[in-house]
Amino acid sequence: MNWLQWSYVAMLAFCLVGTLPLTHLFGLDVLRRPARLAATVLLAGGPFLLWDLWATHVGQWSFDAAQTLPPRVLGLPLEEIAFFVVIPLVGVLTHEAVLAVRAGVRPPWWPGRRHPEPSREEAR
Amino acid sequence: MTYTALSVISIVVAVVVDRWVLRTRLTSTAGWWSAYAIVVFFQLLTNGWLTGRGIVRYRSDAIIGDSHAQLLGDGRLVYAPVEDLGFGFGLVLLSCAVWRWLSRRDEAARTETS
Repeated sequence: MNWLQWSYVAMLAFCLVGTLPLTHLFGLDVLRRPARLAATVLLAGGPFLLWDLWATHVGQWSFDAAQTLPPRVLGLPLEEIAFFVVIPLVGVLTHEAVLAVRAGVRPPWWPGRRHPEPSREEAR
Repeated sequence: MTYTALSVISIVVAVVVDRWVLRTRLTSTAGWWSAYAIVVFFQLLTNGWLTGRGIVRYRSDAIIGDSHAQLLGDGRLVYAPVEDLGFGFGLVLLSCAVWRWLSRRDEAARTETS
């Protein structure tokens, strides 16, 4: 195995490194709601994964074996399946972080920062 | 069906689900569009990595352009087929809408029991 095979993993890691800190910075509860998160991944990522499986099987797109890890599930690299967990998560984290900012929540190091308010559901 | 057609369907279905099925109406909020602006910028970067390096490759009869990944033009935007924008929009909007819908349901259940 060589470093090239981690090319797709690197992209997923980049997405997570960029968004997971948002939970701490803006006091998001996304990771503290595992059932809700799993349901979101299933309901939103699921249909897109099925689309991906179909498109891969009819050959609309394909994955470079040299730049992905060897395991395949139903013909897809594991990274491609992880994509449908990672992208819904980073999408939700980004949205929730924007809602928090719009509700006045600021990172801990922000000058004159107010304490995060638990009820920012109305903020749009 | 081509990726081009499915990409457009993805946008329409996600908007219909957001507005009329779950009634989350995120597409009417400045908050969601601000988040999408951030997401789409990083989508261009990360997807450019996947497609520019040929980690993911597309067959020419499924997309507007041909299978050669170029930076811009011939149906490509930062190496990725423009169709990926529809795929990404649908996936991200649906994710945020489902999350918000479930959050609202949880809260309603909590206020009922308390």
